[in-house]
Amino acid sequence: MIPELGHFSLVLAFVLALVQAVVPMVGAARNNPSMMAVARPAARGQFVFVVFAFGCLTWAFMNSDFSVALAARNSHSDTPMIYRITGVWGNHEGSLLLWAMALSLWTVAVTVFSRHIPDAFLARVIGVLGCVSTGFLAFLLATSNPFSRLLPGAAEGRDLNPLLQDPGMIIHPPLLYMGYVGFAVAFAFAIAALLSGRMDAAWARWSRPWTTVAWVFLTVGIAVGSAWAYYELGWGGWWFWDPVENASFMPWLLGTALIHSLAVTEKRGAFRSWTVLLAIGAFSLSLLGTFLVRSGVITSVHAFATDPARGLFIIGLLVLVIGASLLLFAWRAPTLSGGGSFGLVSRETTLLGNNVLLAVVSASVLLGTLYPLFLDALNLGKISVGPPYFQAVFVPLMTPVVVLMMFGPYLRWKSDAAGAVARRLAPAGIASLLIGIGIAVAIGHFTWRTTLGLTLAAWVVLASLQLLGSRLRERAGASMSSRLSTIPAAWWGMWTAHFGVGIFIIGVTLVGSIDANLDVRMKAGEQIDFAGYHFVLRGVDSVPGPNYDASRATIELSREGRAVGVLQPEKRVYRAMGMPMTEAALDIGPFRDVYVSLGEQLPEGDWIVSLHRKPFISWIWAGCLLMALGGVLAVADRRYRRLAERQMPASAMQQAV
Amino acid sequence: MKPRSKRMMLVGGGVALLVAAVALVLSAFQQNLVFFHTPTDVIEGKAPKGKTFRIGGLVEAGSLQREADGLTVRFAITDTAKVIPVTYKGTLPDLFKEGKGAVIQGSLGPDGQFRATEVLAKHDENYMPPEAAHALEQAQKTAATVSQ
Repeated sequence: MIPELGHFSLVLAFVLALVQAVVPMVGAARNNPSMMAVARPAARGQFVFVVFAFGCLTWAFMNSDFSVALAARNSHSDTPMIYRITGVWGNHEGSLLLWAMALSLWTVAVTVFSRHIPDAFLARVIGVLGCVSTGFLAFLLATSNPFSRLLPGAAEGRDLNPLLQDPGMIIHPPLLYMGYVGFAVAFAFAIAALLSGRMDAAWARWSRPWTTVAWVFLTVGIAVGSAWAYYELGWGGWWFWDPVENASFMPWLLGTALIHSLAVTEKRGAFRSWTVLLAIGAFSLSLLGTFLVRSGVITSVHAFATDPARGLFIIGLLVLVIGASLLLFAWRAPTLSGGGSFGLVSRETTLLGNNVLLAVVSASVLLGTLYPLFLDALNLGKISVGPPYFQAVFVPLMTPVVVLMMFGPYLRWKSDAAGAVARRLAPAGIASLLIGIGIAVAIGHFTWRTTLGLTLAAWVVLASLQLLGSRLRERAGASMSSRLSTIPAAWWGMWTAHFGVGIFIIGVTLVGSIDANLDVRMKAGEQIDFAGYHFVLRGVDSVPGPNYDASRATIELSREGRAVGVLQPEKRVYRAMGMPMTEAALDIGPFRDVYVSLGEQLPEGDWIVSLHRKPFISWIWAGCLLMALGGVLAVADRRYRRLAERQMPASAMQQAV
Repeated sequence: MKPRSKRMMLVGGGVALLVAAVALVLSAFQQNLVFFHTPTDVIEGKAPKGKTFRIGGLVEAGSLQREADGLTVRFAITDTAKVIPVTYKGTLPDLFKEGKGAVIQGSLGPDGQFRATEVLAKHDENYMPPEAAHALEQAQKTAATVSQ
């Protein structure tokens, strides 16, 4: 009964989405306030029904109702409760339902925090979000009904893929989806601006906090996914340039370009058409990412099902969204005037340069990700594009981005003198080069890649500190606390995120250059010295888990005679499907992780043990979290709150901008 | 500088940057494509010598052998028509099993042994990598035409 209620509720949500898509749009076009007023209640009603449907599906999973086909395929009565719940989104249908719920949540958030936005504009924004939601719910109901029954019901479920039975599963998909879907809001603002012909800077100001929040979610989501892959896949890599990772990385790159471009549009009125195009692009890539991952074209742990009907629907939806928005853009773009002009040396130029480079990087990732699919579809052979391609492209293209990132905050808007800024940054640059070479030689890895990475990282850190120093010197007379408090949160956000980039580069460079790995055969009681550590394999015991049987090794780790810790990597076999799984064990430290995983057991009873020392790997996640924190600070800036409190009429707003 | 020539410099610089970036991307792309070949292709000499490529098929039952160090393994990959011997040093993925599908990246040695640098066995017990499935299909097609 409850699954049927969920299904019914989803149908109602679809109907409301349709209403939300059509009525406010027509109302905005005809300037009919009562039709526009439908936007808010329709969006909120839709949210209630989608959440209810999601709750029904979760109920089926929690109670192991295996007459629901989805639960029978992705759950088991022995599965721990938390993975029964997360199993809801560990499959195609459920993850799309999660997507729809995230979209609904964002839409409700827009209806709540938008009192300062004129009704007609808001009606269009919510209408566009309604269109997206209609498409998704139609896709769910037509091709991927999560509530389909299995008749007769299965006696026992097939269990959730063991790779997904991990704490990472609890937070990674929801965060990532909040990020993906959040770009729908930026997209909706851009489309609403095109539709209304209000191409002044006001929409950029309204859209900015939303876009930044979406970007924060995506940043954290990707970082969590990367950390998860690092400890779960058992061989210590943190980024594989796997198509599924690229699918989330492309919208992140364009999203990064978008939040910077929005800044220029808001502050200077420039880059208007470019910003609109980026908003369309970032959301299109989010959609493409969701579909690439979910449709099964890409084979990986994320691909749950292959079904040609789904593929067609997906392509149709993509073409519709991208085609329609680009057509609208082509029609309206000529009305966009250029906005503020700027000189060759100005903050605008650095931001433009970075925007173009980030767009090129995402295009090159797109090429590497989609080209094998095209060739395959056209029957021209099977190929793969491996990490070497992405590395060869990524480093040279991102290096100038990082350099421009340091110059940008020093330069004034509109026009500045190149010489003065270069003189200010040069000492830090020279010092960084020396530091880079020094460290590269000291760690015995003097290659151009390592030296470049370390130099850039040092330069970012030094330039950030220097920037902070000069900002604090601006008001020389005041006390330190008043000097700190007059710096707006948005500036701290920019500073923190850029500083985070430096930390991130340190981690990436050092893990990439001096990590150590040894695969070795060990028997119980055997010891080995590796990378400055002493490992003793005490033994391997059989340990039953709730829905698996594990062989758990106990390895004592010590350094120079002092005990560091005990590591217990496991080899598990999940009972439901007899599927083996490796669980690595880590000793996490600020400057290095020691990472141990079990390979196969040899016929004689010995084990293959894989030992890793990963220097500075935590700095990668720390860098990502700093970038995300930067985004949070930027959104917390007082001017957004003031904006909301004052409820400025639109005309006054325009003048203020 | 006049605004006009300033703008020209900006545009010119931008275009030069783009051209350089695109050239970089395309040349990196050309150099790093990894092609897939079936065991039959390899035996027929269609696979590139000394270059990295991928092969796929079933791990032949009973072919898995370990050297004394426990780390170096030898096995054979077959598309049911032809068999390629493979050597690999390292830990095998969890789902690597005799009789199951696998995709292997590496290069062909002069002795006809495939030296694997990476063994990919995907994430589901019953899952067949599409490349491996493709290799089996090709071999079956050929067998069908030959028997006719």
